[in-house]
Amino acid sequence: MPDFDLAPLTPAIEKYIPLGRPGLLPALHAAQKIYGWIPESVAAEIARHLRVPLADVHGVIEFYSMFYNEPTSRRVIRVCTDIVCGLKGGDGILNRLCEKHGLQPHQTTGDLSLTIESSPCLGLCEHAPNALVGDEAETDIDPKKDSHMLGRPPSWVYGPIRLLTARCGNGTASLEQYGRYEALAKALSMRPEEIVREVKASGLFGRGGAAFPTQIKWESVAAEKADQKYIVCNADESEPGTFKDRILLLDDPHCTIEGMLIAALAVGASKGYIYVRGEYPYIIPPLENALREAREAGWLGGNILGSGFSFDIEIRVGAGAYICGEETALFESIEGKRGFPRVKPPFPTTHGLFGRPTVINNVETLCNVPLIISQGSAEYCKLGTAKSPGPKLFCLSGDVERPGLYEAPFGVTLGELLEMAGGIPGNKQLQAILLGGAAGAFATPDQLDVKMTFEDLRAAGLPLGSGVVMVFDETRDMREALNRLGHFFAHESCGKCYPCQMGTQRQKEILERVASGKTLPDDMIRLQDVGWTMTDASLCGLGQTAASAVLSAIKLWPELFVEGQKSKVG
Amino acid sequence: MAITLVIDGKEITADDGMTLLDAARENGIDIPTICFHEATTANGLCRICVVEVEGMRLLQPSCIVKAADQMKVQTRSERVERARKTILEMLASTMDLSDAPAILTMMDEYGADAARFPGAARRESEVKDDNPMYIRDYSKCLLCWRCVQVCAEDAQYTYAINFEGRGFKTQIGTFFDRPIPETTCVLCGQCVGVCPTGALKAKREFLLEQGMSPQEISVLNTGRKRRSKA
Ligand SMILES: Cc1cc2nc3c(=O)[nH]c(=O)nc-3n(C[C@H](O)[C@H](O)[C@H](O)COP(=O)(O)O)c2cc1C
Ligand code: SF4
Ligand code: FES
Repeated sequence: MPDFDLAPLTPAIEKYIPLGRPGLLPALHAAQKIYGWIPESVAAEIARHLRVPLADVHGVIEFYSMFYNEPTSRRVIRVCTDIVCGLKGGDGILNRLCEKHGLQPHQTTGDLSLTIESSPCLGLCEHAPNALVGDEAETDIDPKKDSHMLGRPPSWVYGPIRLLTARCGNGTASLEQYGRYEALAKALSMRPEEIVREVKASGLFGRGGAAFPTQIKWESVAAEKADQKYIVCNADESEPGTFKDRILLLDDPHCTIEGMLIAALAVGASKGYIYVRGEYPYIIPPLENALREAREAGWLGGNILGSGFSFDIEIRVGAGAYICGEETALFESIEGKRGFPRVKPPFPTTHGLFGRPTVINNVETLCNVPLIISQGSAEYCKLGTAKSPGPKLFCLSGDVERPGLYEAPFGVTLGELLEMAGGIPGNKQLQAILLGGAAGAFATPDQLDVKMTFEDLRAAGLPLGSGVVMVFDETRDMREALNRLGHFFAHESCGKCYPCQMGTQRQKEILERVASGKTLPDDMIRLQDVGWTMTDASLCGLGQTAASAVLSAIKLWPELFVEGQKSKVG
Repeated sequence: MAITLVIDGKEITADDGMTLLDAARENGIDIPTICFHEATTANGLCRICVVEVEGMRLLQPSCIVKAADQMKVQTRSERVERARKTILEMLASTMDLSDAPAILTMMDEYGADAARFPGAARRESEVKDDNPMYIRDYSKCLLCWRCVQVCAEDAQYTYAINFEGRGFKTQIGTFFDRPIPETTCVLCGQCVGVCPTGALKAKREFLLEQGMSPQEISVLNTGRKRRSKA
């Protein structure tokens, strides 16, 4: 093996050395910027500096798809072949690109000038088909016209209200455009209990997928006695079909920062982290810049506005692992480990990041906070329904005329959302809508009147999840969509618990058979046994929902899973 | 403090803080386990020990969930049986269980069909024979994590091994696949002791199984001299 020049490594990772193990992911990212991948000698040097066992460093590199321990180019093209891009020709784009460069997917040219990969959902579904080229988004690729856009992904924002998205759609809002942190200033004049009470009165619940009441988390952490408490912003956003947090953070970073500050004030935390998925590299520079602006203006850092309250935020960047959006896996990742979810209880509110009481909230959840505090909960609750107050972001993708981010009050119907998005292109009929993402379930054309609220969807047996509304027209073969879901979960299972580690693989194999018309007798029963076992017995939410869409499809369209069934599309 | 709960219709008392598994076993109710081991931290990996607890949406791993007063537990409900049977069938379709008699017995008990998943990918790898003490046959590994745990904080603090890959493709491995003598391994043998499936095996046991006699093995045995009677 050639020896690598280790000279540039030490200065590049210097600032992470005092962190020890929690510096591991940032150090590996820094090393990969230099070498393109992590050769053995580089890994050993990082291990030595950070005092992490060699085998553990290797274990971490192996866990994350965007870390490489084999020769890989500094320039990686990741073509999305997940569910929405799959509908829009993602496979063809990958194949043509590979052909052009004489590579197979996941291969690197001999001179290390290019690596081509297929990728799980890149969080750019409204711009399908798409790819990530180095640190830039290649969006709305049109092979026929040979056109695409490259750079920062455009934000397409629509809908009848613009509260959460007031500053989205026009590039990154600077601090000057954002203005004073008025909500924070107001919160500084309130007692912490009053802030929590306002959040409680607003009825705010989590927008990350689990719909957990925000105030309960805040109250618990506020009640804990600890030398250190943390606020963690979950910007891992890897649920296929979800792209709202990308737009919020990229266009309006100050809103999330202000939300975190108010949370910190309410619970008594002095340190925060924003964990951004590795596939959103273009978010990092504007986000860093926003943090700098906030610090310079005295909104962030020590003794904020002379109030005695101090709070600062660090960014952590993931490296290709959907599971790191699960809150405890995310903590493990910040701690420099493989992203294995922890057994709960204990819960993050008592034993979170570094074992300390931690509030973890989704980007969109946090963006509601400044709105609630500045308007007051009474005004905020005028929007939406009694049980689901306020505004909500919906990610529309797939077969709609105008895919994009839609802001609407809770209670808008599914049909209204479809109409806002211009309906289905090409005079085609609606076949199905996947709600909640890969971990979601299918709605059918007779359910268009369902109100998009937590309570109405639950009554209809449908998930709200992260606000995904993924539309399939009548010509789509749903077995192909399910096949991609199967691939996604098998690729993303962390492997910790048996039901999901093996179940996602078995599910994928059966769905592959079903999609290629080679269904075996009893495959439907196999899918159900595997599916229910994952749902019932898995350790974390990934396995518990990995069969959700498949089981819902079996209920709706059992005929698709029967032996000898030819393509649905004549 | 003593608590009272009902397991399979039988009222039992247990100490507060006990796991459901311990409470059940102390009262003669058997719950199967695979990854659980007295000497290692319970991680709730295999989920074969799941039980149905009234009022809880999901099945609960009894090796980590604490018994609570007035809990109502079923250890062999239909849902529990389906989960256990399916997990066993997936294991059989994934790995070589020939050296894991306890699991084969479990398969019989739950009526698990080893051929349930036709065309299933298996986790297979070459036997790693790179040190004088033990061989590593990861085709027989069921990822109970015990070896990694005793090599780290659960016992030895050696940190010679960790994980490769993730998901179904996870395997136990060393730093960049280095042979054991080039790692921090101190050949303490604890990992071999806790391995439930013969994936880690004393080299001598392995050679005996290959048909060699103890004499032949002893000649092979490089390195150390035979102890002389002083
Ligand atoms: C597999 C998995 C992936 C998840 N991914 C995300 C994510 O990308 N972003 C997010 O906010 N929450 C995600 N969650 C939910 C988090 O665990 C957690 O509930 C959430 O961050 C809490 O914030 P909220 O209460 O504001 O929604 C995920 C959960 C699971 C099980
Ligand atoms: S359910 Fe899946 S992702 Fe979650 S711990 Fe188990 S193997 Fe890992
Ligand atoms: S013995 Fe409880 S999960 Fe394995």
